[in-house]
Amino acid sequence: MHSNTTLDRREFLGATGMLTGLLAAGSPLLSLVPGRAWALDLKALSSPEGAALLAAARTIAPHDQLDDAPYALVVQALDGSAAGDAATLNLLRQGIAGLPAGFASAPEAERVAALKTVETTPFFKSVRASTLMTLYASPLVYAYFGYEGEAFSKGGYLLRGFNDLRWLPEVPMADSGPVFGERT
Amino acid sequence: MTSIAQDDSNAVVIIGSGAGGGTLAHELTRRGIQVVLLEAGRRLSPADFSQVPGEAFGQLTWLEPRTQSGTTTVVEDYPTLPSWTAKTVGGTTVHWTGAALRAHAWELRARTTYGALGDTSLIDWPVDFSELLHYYQIAEQRMVVTRRNGNPGLPASNHFKVFHYGATRIGYKQVHTGFMAINTRPTDGRGLCIQQGFCVQGCKTSAKWSTLYTEIPRAEATGNLELRTECRAVRIEHGADGRATGVVYRDPTGAEQRQRARIVCVACNSVETARLLLLSESARFPHGLANSSDQVGRHFCRHTGGFVWGVFDKPIEFWRGTTLAGIVLDETRHDPKRGFAGGYHLEMAALDLPSIAFSGLPQTLWGRELGFVMDHYRSMAGIFINGEDMTRAGNRITLNPHVKDQFGLPVANIHVDDHPNNDAMRRHAQAQGKAMFEAAGAIQVLMSRQTPATHNMCAARMSHDPADGVVNGHGQAHDVRNLFVSDGSAMSTPSSANPTLTIVALALRQADYIERQMSARTI
Repeated sequence: MHSNTTLDRREFLGATGMLTGLLAAGSPLLSLVPGRAWALDLKALSSPEGAALLAAARTIAPHDQLDDAPYALVVQALDGSAAGDAATLNLLRQGIAGLPAGFASAPEAERVAALKTVETTPFFKSVRASTLMTLYASPLVYAYFGYEGEAFSKGGYLLRGFNDLRWLPEVPMADSGPVFGERT
Repeated sequence: MTSIAQDDSNAVVIIGSGAGGGTLAHELTRRGIQVVLLEAGRRLSPADFSQVPGEAFGQLTWLEPRTQSGTTTVVEDYPTLPSWTAKTVGGTTVHWTGAALRAHAWELRARTTYGALGDTSLIDWPVDFSELLHYYQIAEQRMVVTRRNGNPGLPASNHFKVFHYGATRIGYKQVHTGFMAINTRPTDGRGLCIQQGFCVQGCKTSAKWSTLYTEIPRAEATGNLELRTECRAVRIEHGADGRATGVVYRDPTGAEQRQRARIVCVACNSVETARLLLLSESARFPHGLANSSDQVGRHFCRHTGGFVWGVFDKPIEFWRGTTLAGIVLDETRHDPKRGFAGGYHLEMAALDLPSIAFSGLPQTLWGRELGFVMDHYRSMAGIFINGEDMTRAGNRITLNPHVKDQFGLPVANIHVDDHPNNDAMRRHAQAQGKAMFEAAGAIQVLMSRQTPATHNMCAARMSHDPADGVVNGHGQAHDVRNLFVSDGSAMSTPSSANPTLTIVALALRQADYIERQMSARTI
């Protein structure tokens, strides 16, 4: 993704699509990206196709408080595979074409119903797999889920709370071990 | 750097540098025996290991194509990844969780203990448990296993507090942080566990034992080892007398090379071990090397597995801390009253954020149900089921003539039909795991099906009887006296234990045997 300055020229050229969006005011993602506006060039898919896939990703893995931006990464990944492989492009194109008109802007219940009918198809499985692999792998969403990611550079969690849970009793030493490994 | 000539017919050639191959290489070289160690993967260092979720998978995993068939749910759930093995120096000892469990004496007598269970091919091991125990103890000293030899256990993490509380609440008595080959203090040139939570991505402090930074550099220090990385064995050759004469392999440029050998040891993690033997067919061995009895590839086992996930309403942050340092041992017994033969371990297990969504949770989950679970990621706990699989002659590794690898060689097909015993055991384990989490206050419990196996076993199994096994009790091929199997494929049955400690113990034992046989000049 990049900042939203090439939009007009891209739209004018009109060869392939583009997805754009704005981060919500106060979004935690604002600290990670240069501005509120984002845009994603599509290499193989059209803008409506991209919008349909973004809606599908949101339906498959709904997190209301997450911006569209991390979901756009899913579209980017799918578009990338489609650009490199005609069979994938065809699979996505036909799958999207098989969704009801107005899918991208339909209410969630309608989107769920539409995806239910294609749940066992290679199209759906491919979009679901890409959604899970891409969305949850993006550092953009770590903070939302409380995930802390890479730990080695911070010294792991030995001194940073690997055992700070207090809502259950402590484990007897016989079933556990000393934190600094002294011999018993 | 030691260099061994390709026409040196006195060398021992070991294929694969993991738990079996890496250990065997060290054992032989420290006794003055010259070893060429062929490894298909690259040599990484702990500094190279990535903690970017997903990246380590690409660094460490065997990603070349394999196919699969059978009724196992892995066919449907993981169409492109029938098994999860490593391709790197150190093999799966880079990827493993560190669980260093012993098989039980009665598990080595599976046929005797379980009886004539329908539609299985169970046999007793041609190895006496008391002898294996001797090598288990040596292995545990080498690997510095917690709760053995006076070593303390790993400390309890947040995740283990939940696991322990639930397990003891439903009556389990043997619940602790495990027998782990993970340092709780700096020992043997390895660092201590700093509770990073990235065990299976490669341990960046070397706290977890791996042949990558223990056995292999020590073997190199003897001056008797030449490790050739990114070298893929494609064929084992034999002479007119039927004895192995060398190994054909592709070097890093893809060019064909040939290393002569006095002895060849295969340790490629079951699937590729069986494939290599099958690829080595000849006029004398038309069905593959060491396969006159049509046993190569058969009896293939994984463990009966699956995850149980507990969703709680209070934070746990299970990614913090040693990934698998928690175990219930109470169910590792043979008690037919439970409705199945053999036993299982319940092992605490955490996954990183993308991995739990992509491969940990049920493959059918999406929509609000998925959203709810993932919204509780920081309040989740997990159990990995590790139970005995029942050997079946029809569960087997074969060559798939329709799919070829980069060298034009047929890839391995993995065929697994789940035995009803596995299904019954899995259901029991899932119910117990669910009860554990509910006793600890879970608001939801999810089960997922079998995942692609790293524990691949028994596909070239040991047996006294050449008619129903590939190798004898020392891993020596019945058909080819100077050919050995040195990995988990030699196991006669899989037991309920994670296989690494058993593979290391068998490699230590095999090294003693090979040395004796070489001294006696029988091989």
